[in-house]
Formats: sequence, C-alpha cells, structure tokens
Amino acid sequence: MEISTRNLEFKYHVNTPFERLALYDINVTIPPNSYTAIIGHTGSGKSTLLQHLNGLLQPTVGEVHIGDVTIKAGIKEKNLRPVRKKVGIVFQFPEHQLFEETVEKDICFGPLNFGTPLEKARKKAKKAAQQVGLSEDLMDKSPFELSGGQMRRVAIAGVLAMEPEVLVLDEPTAGLDPRGRMEIMEMFANLQREQKISVVLVTHSMEDASKYADHIIVMHKGTVYKKGTPKDIFSSPKELIELGLDVPESIRFQLKLEEKLQQSIGKVTLSIDELARQISVYLKRGSTSQ
Amino acid sequence: MKKEMIQFDRVFFRYDENSPYALKDVSFSVYEGEWLAIVGHNGSGKSTIAKLMNGLLFPEKGSIRIKGLPLTEETIWDIRDIVGMVFQNPDNQFVGTTVQDDVAFGLENHGIPREEMINRVMDSLKKVKMEGFLDQEPHHLSGGQKQRVAIAGVLALRTDVIILDEATSMLDPRGRTEVLETVREIKNKENVTIISITHDLEEAVKADRLIVMNEGQVFTIGTPDEIFSLEDQLIQLGLDIPFTLKLVKMLKNYGCEVPSDMLQEDELVDYIWKLAQEI
Ligand SMILES: Nc1ncnc2c1ncn2[C@@H]1O[C@H](COP(=O)(O)OP(=O)(O)OP(=O)(O)O)[C@@H](O)[C@H]1O
Ligand SMILES: Nc1ncnc2c1ncn2[C@@H]1O[C@H](COP(=O)(O)OP(=O)(O)OP(=O)(O)O)[C@@H](O)[C@H]1O
Ligand SMILES: [Mg+2]
Ligand SMILES: [Mg+2]
Repeated sequence: MEISTRNLEFKYHVNTPFERLALYDINVTIPPNSYTAIIGHTGSGKSTLLQHLNGLLQPTVGEVHIGDVTIKAGIKEKNLRPVRKKVGIVFQFPEHQLFEETVEKDICFGPLNFGTPLEKARKKAKKAAQQVGLSEDLMDKSPFELSGGQMRRVAIAGVLAMEPEVLVLDEPTAGLDPRGRMEIMEMFANLQREQKISVVLVTHSMEDASKYADHIIVMHKGTVYKKGTPKDIFSSPKELIELGLDVPESIRFQLKLEEKLQQSIGKVTLSIDELARQISVYLKRGSTSQ
Repeated sequence: MKKEMIQFDRVFFRYDENSPYALKDVSFSVYEGEWLAIVGHNGSGKSTIAKLMNGLLFPEKGSIRIKGLPLTEETIWDIRDIVGMVFQNPDNQFVGTTVQDDVAFGLENHGIPREEMINRVMDSLKKVKMEGFLDQEPHHLSGGQKQRVAIAGVLALRTDVIILDEATSMLDPRGRTEVLETVREIKNKENVTIISITHDLEEAVKADRLIVMNEGQVFTIGTPDEIFSLEDQLIQLGLDIPFTLKLVKMLKNYGCEVPSDMLQEDELVDYIWKLAQEI
C-alpha cells in the first residue's frame, strides 16, 4: 500500500489564540515495500506528520492518500477503520497507547477490535510479545506497573499483533536497553523484508537511519528540507550539522580526525569497520611515502 | 575526603508482597559533586532506585541516607529540597497549564519568594532554549520540547542533587549534547551532584563513575575505564560498548597499535594524529 501527501499543511488549534503552524508544503510518498526514515530536530514536525499517515490528524490544507482512501482538508472522512487496520502507529510515548488491565489484554486489543477471535488474538499476542523480548510472566501484570522499557515493548507488541501493512514508528527505541534496541531494530527490518510491508521510522539515531532506511526525509521547521538515500543525505555532513542535526558517529569521527590531520583519509563511510580500514591504510601509506 | 551525599545500605524493595524483589541488597554511595551514571537492562531497577532517592517509595529492608538525613515519612519534604528529579516520562511531571506556570509551580511548592521565582523561571527556561514557549500548554509540546521543559523545572529548584531518569532520550543528538553540557556547567559551577540514568553509552562515558545494575542487584561500580573494559560481560548483561572502543578493536584487527582504554573521542583523534606524525 502506498501513502502520499499533497501540499499538506497542518495547524494545531485552528482559529483559536493558540493556533500554531506545525507543517506546510509537505509532498512525500511512502511507496509499498519500503523503509523510510524521518529525521529532524526537536519540534520540526515529525510526530505531527506521522499522525497524518493513518488519519489521526486531518490536514488543514491539502490531502493525504492512504491506499485508495483520500483524506482532504475540510471534508470529514467517515470510514477510517480500514485505514487504522492497515496502518499501525507506535507513538512517541508508550503510555499514550496503553490502557487495558493487563499486558495480554492490551496486546490483544487491536486484533480483537478488528474481528479476530479471542484464541487467535491471544496467539498473536504471544507471538508479538516474543518478537519484542517481553518475558511471559509480565503478561498478567498491569501495563502501568512496568518499567519504561517494558512499557515500550508492550506498545510495540500491540501494534505488531495487528499485522499492519504499514508500520509507523515514532522513536520506537527510546527507553530500550542497547540489546533490546538492536534486536528490535533488526526485527523491524526483517519484518519489512519478509512480509514486504512498509516501515516509516522517526529516529534521532543517525546510525539507525543510515543502516536501515532506503529513503530519508529530513524535516526542518515544519517542512521537508531534503529527501534522498542515506548516501545522498550523509554525504554532505556539514550541511546537516548546520541544520542542527548530526551525522552517524563513524562520519563524525572521520570529520574530526581529518580536521586534526588537515587531510582527507578517504571516502566518507557509514561502517566502523571500513573507517578502521581506511585509518590503517592511511597510517601505512604515510610510512611508505616518506 | 569525598563527602557522601547519598548512601544506600542493603536496600530491598518490592512493589507488592507477591511480586519478586525489584531491588535486592543494594548498597552504594554517591559523592558530593560527582556525575554518577546508572546503566542496566530494562527492568533492572534503575527507576526504582531513583524513586527511593526522593522518597516516592520506601525500602522494605535496609536504609537510605541523604546528606546524613535518614529517609523516612517525616523527612521526605526536607529530602525533596535536596534531591530534584526528572522523570522518565515528562507527562507524569507536568502540573501547570502553561510552560512558565509549570516551572513556577515547583518553586512555589518549595517556598521560593515571588521576585526570585520569576527570575529563576526565565533563567532555567533560557538554559534549555524554551523561552519561546512560555504560554504554551506543556502537553501541547513535541516530545523533545517536553523533556526540555521538565529539565528546566528541576534546574530552577537548584537542589544539591539532580536525578535525570532518561531525561534526554527524545532530544535530537545536538540538542542532547547541548542540554547535557548545560547541566555539566551548572554542576561544575555550583558543585551539584548529578545522577543520570541512561541507555546512552556515549553519555555514560563522560560520567565520573558508573553503577551497572542487573536484575535488581548492583553488578559492579567503577570509573568508565574500569566498566567498559568488561566488554563481553557488558554485552551479556544486555549492554554494549561505546563507539570509540568498537573502533579501537577494529583498528587492532587491521594491525594498528592503539591502547584499549581510549574511551574519549578526542583522545583517540589525538592518538591517531600522533601516530601519523611519527611515520
Ligand atoms: N497538541 C499540540 N498543540 C499545539 N502545538 C503542538 C501540539 N503538538 C505539537 N505542537 C507543536 O508543533 C510543532 C511540531 O511538533 P511535533 O511534535 O510534530 O515535533 P517533532 O518533530 O515530533 O519533535 P520531537 O523530536 O521533539 O518529538 C512543535 O513546535 C510543537 O510545539
Ligand atoms: N509501579 C510498579 N508496580 C509493580 N512493578 C513495577 C512497577 N514499576 C516497575 N515495576 C517492576 O520493577 C522492576 C524494576 O523496574 P524499574 O522501573 O526500576 O526498571 P528500570 O531499570 O528503570 O528499567 P527501564 O530501563 O526499562 O526503565 C521491573 O521488573 C518492573 O516490571
Ligand atoms: Mg515527536
Ligand atoms: Mg526506568
């Protein structure tokens, strides 16, 4: 399923003293079977944009196409159920999507809500809990009596259990421990490839954006500043840094080193291994050239 | 002699009688003016420690002292004048209907006079670059903006101890560095003690000391050099090693001689630069 926006603008609290323009001139396409990362500094509009991808917010100007449903400014779209079923969102704060009495009920909610029979829903919940590394003895606990990282895992599992065609993730690894972070990022990537779904990831980790995404959208002050492949985006690191963003740590290190050496050591690279190789070649080359 | 700010002595805690202990026999000290990072897997007990430190929870067994004061129901108000905290989820912390009221509310609770209060509110919101949002409702902010306001709230209190429970997890990388630098400046200038709970290893590397938690127990305590030399053990605990150490390991694979304790990026840059000069 494809999602695209046309001239999307969004204002919070329209026609009140609190009106705030959060997005303007947004034209983006999320192709089927793709992995898109959205980066941008605090307040640039990432979460606001995500909430348009399943009709939680309605544009104040322009339109959003979600599969064959169109959501237009000013026109009330009545039947959003199919959209909600196909596009699953993991919110920035997990507490915002937890509400049931127990973890298991919480994860089952989506499937049950869309007509899956109880036994099957429980099976899906169990599988989703495993996918996010949630131990089984937590299933009967209240989701509000968990640690931050455990809550995050429940929130992700709840969306996975719905088996959406588009998985929209708003900083899904904030609060996860390093192992959980790596395992869950790998799980999303495998799911994307194997099930041919689309993933849209908002992240502050430039490493994750460069490692997993096919496309990156750079947001800046409410609009799209730049779009491209990770190579395109990170090959002009100075520009990103001027935007107040960062670059993957391997590139950052290389830039620092080159500044100190007053010399380039080779191509900009996203891999630590490749960086180490280039440094070693540079050091050896030095010795043979003198 | 280093002065002890906080002491945990054989602390046990569980959330209710039927659940397992969230903390088991936890002992450690926090010293005045240090930056202490607490790391550990999800559910290892880090936030529970934080909540015990400012009297939101009480130990089942064992004792806690803050600046010499034993933590009890009677002392919690004195203790909250000493220990300020930023919660893992900023939404749990907001009480005011505007950003400036929210920061002011904390000060009112601590009996700060009005004139002084206004100065502190503006000063701390400027420090986190949120002075442009004075009248916005805290719940109507972006994730990172919420975290900045929550941090301003605790800075304004000017407590001796500040606990940051994953308080910068949703800031963009540059914003995170800036906010942590600001906290560091305040710490150095005012001799504040910082306890930072974090999954960000690049931040942990810059701490004076680290506590590694595992399944409700203290696994080990030490300097970043000591802790990160544990490498494989950390990975077994669900943790990881920082970027510079990964790079050092790979440089060795390619035959470069680099000492294993190069934790700081600048240190490693300087070292490679020196190698290049020797050639
Ligand atoms: N409910 C709301 N009411 C009014 N303004 C809002 C609301 N939510 C967000 N905003 C404003 O809209 C802008 C964009 O916010 P958004 O949450 O989309 O940013 P973001 O890119 O997700 O930031 P972060 O990285 O901090 O999460 C910000 O300036 C924010 O203050
Ligand atoms: N309010 C609560 N009621 C019952 N159990 C709880 C509550 N809060 C936490 N726990 C449990 O106590 C243990 C320790 O939780 P704690 O929040 O201290 O972990 P943490 O180290 O902060 O983890 P994280 O990195 O995920 O934030 C966990 O097993 C958790 O499920
Ligand atoms: Mg956001
Ligand atoms: Mg916690």
